[in-house]
Amino acid sequence: MTKYIIRRLLYMIPVLLGVSLIIFVLFNVVSGDPTAVLLGKNATVRQMADLREQLGLNKSLLSQYFDVVKSAFTFDFGYSWATKQEISHMIWQGAYPSLCLSVPAFVISTILSLLISLMVAYYRGKGIDLFVRIICIAGMSISALAYILFFQWFFAYKLGWFEISGFEPEFPAFISYVALPAVIWIVLSIGPDVRFFRTVILDEIYQDYVRTARAKGISEMTILFRHVLRNALIPIITYVVIQIPSLILGALLLENFFSIPGLGGMTLNALNSSDFPVMKAMAVMSSVGYILFGLLADILYTAADPRIKFK
Amino acid sequence: MKTNTLWKDAFKRLSNDKLALVALVIVCFYFLIAILSSLGFVASGWSQEVGASNLAPSMNHFFGTDIFGRSVLLKVIRGTQIAMSVGVAASIIAIPIGVILGALAGYFGGWVDDIITWFYTTFSSVPNIMLLISITLILGKGIFAVYIALGATSWVTLCRLIRGEVMKHKEREYVQAAGAIGGGHLRKLFRHILPNVSHIIIINTSMQFQIAIKSEVILSYLGLGVQGEPSWGTMIDDAKLELVRGVWWQLAGATLAMFLILLAFNILGDALRDALDPKLKGK
Repeated sequence: MTKYIIRRLLYMIPVLLGVSLIIFVLFNVVSGDPTAVLLGKNATVRQMADLREQLGLNKSLLSQYFDVVKSAFTFDFGYSWATKQEISHMIWQGAYPSLCLSVPAFVISTILSLLISLMVAYYRGKGIDLFVRIICIAGMSISALAYILFFQWFFAYKLGWFEISGFEPEFPAFISYVALPAVIWIVLSIGPDVRFFRTVILDEIYQDYVRTARAKGISEMTILFRHVLRNALIPIITYVVIQIPSLILGALLLENFFSIPGLGGMTLNALNSSDFPVMKAMAVMSSVGYILFGLLADILYTAADPRIKFK
Repeated sequence: MKTNTLWKDAFKRLSNDKLALVALVIVCFYFLIAILSSLGFVASGWSQEVGASNLAPSMNHFFGTDIFGRSVLLKVIRGTQIAMSVGVAASIIAIPIGVILGALAGYFGGWVDDIITWFYTTFSSVPNIMLLISITLILGKGIFAVYIALGATSWVTLCRLIRGEVMKHKEREYVQAAGAIGGGHLRKLFRHILPNVSHIIIINTSMQFQIAIKSEVILSYLGLGVQGEPSWGTMIDDAKLELVRGVWWQLAGATLAMFLILLAFNILGDALRDALDPKLKGK
């Protein structure tokens, strides 16, 4: 086990180097000279040269690449081109509003989806199963943008139940701001979640050990919670853990629509102002998150399932 | 015995599934509209004024008109062309990359596998949305950038699936038999193994197609996608300001058009998986 974990940890290094390479190629090689955009059309050659020097664009490509790699370990991303703030500070500030929205929404939607899929698995093949499956597929076929626009217009503007947009950092106050985006998040994730959980649970329900348990006279409820759920939890936990890094990135569109000053909104602002360092920082950070939680999911998966042998 | 019994079998099962057939008809209909629109037979006059500004849906204008008095229906059709073209372009880029890399990694193993696995792990480690918005921004907004961005992100899953499946197949007896009668590596891989794993390409493409459509809408909404032409995403962007004034038809038109095609692809994807996956036979 320890050997496996060490091997997986070491494998992170080439992947991190690769991720840095993608980000470096995109932002430092393909993107061309950003100084003309930054200084506007009245810039002199002298100013552009000075700015290039200042931004570190005069360095060799190799050392620019190493800067990207280094930032993946130190989280030192330099300064934003648009706001001139230190990026690590901006990320630190944006994380709180993002988490206020994403953590409750993620926890509630996961639990809710799990309960719905257990119910659906219990009544498999019956009317309610079909009904939930239809709702899931139909729900997944509607654009996220349509949900956001309609919910914001209907519940916040028309009915006035929630704040239309904005954010307040204090504890009870932020609820009225994040409640509606959280509801939309939950509606958006229930479809794919229930479909996945249901498949996993049904895979287990047709196994021999379930038939044995049934033959012993154990009630269907006990079978579902004691036997099936336990085995189905392995892929479910993996699925959930892998999604955790997306909480850090926040919900780009939701934060944008509801003016929540989180990381997702920050990323979109950077996108609109071609603020490369911030975009790079978010790409590096979210990738590191993906790699770490992917590793965690793998380790949990192997630890929880004795059938998997370590190679 | 014919070699394509899997496909015949699958076709038979698919044709018994009424819902899947309806979905297939819808998909074909969307393709037809997209082709007719790109050839200029329909909706070529989408930019012309057909009535007053912001007319509600009526018999004359099924989806109403937008702020410039243009027909929303024609814009929806034009948007269909964009959406379908993105799906097709993403598939054209992603399928060769995914299949070739996946097949090589799965078949040869060893250092070839190590490098290809590293390559797709790297790509899948950058969150898709970050990669999409970064590529479209850097390549300079527009539909071409969207094609590249979606192609660059959607080969990864296919590559991983093909690799896994080829690995399973390469030790099978029919491949050994092909080797015994003198078939080389390439012949074994492309003549014998690939046809047996090709159902994965079809199932995966039907999944990726709808991801491409959804992503195009979001990228266009963010202003990164198609410029100066209607797309479902830019229509939804317009609707953001219109909704408060009671103008709901632009949002409704784009959402409805998108809903139908995504629903059809979802149903078709499930039906294809059931029909083509031999493991599910008889369940």
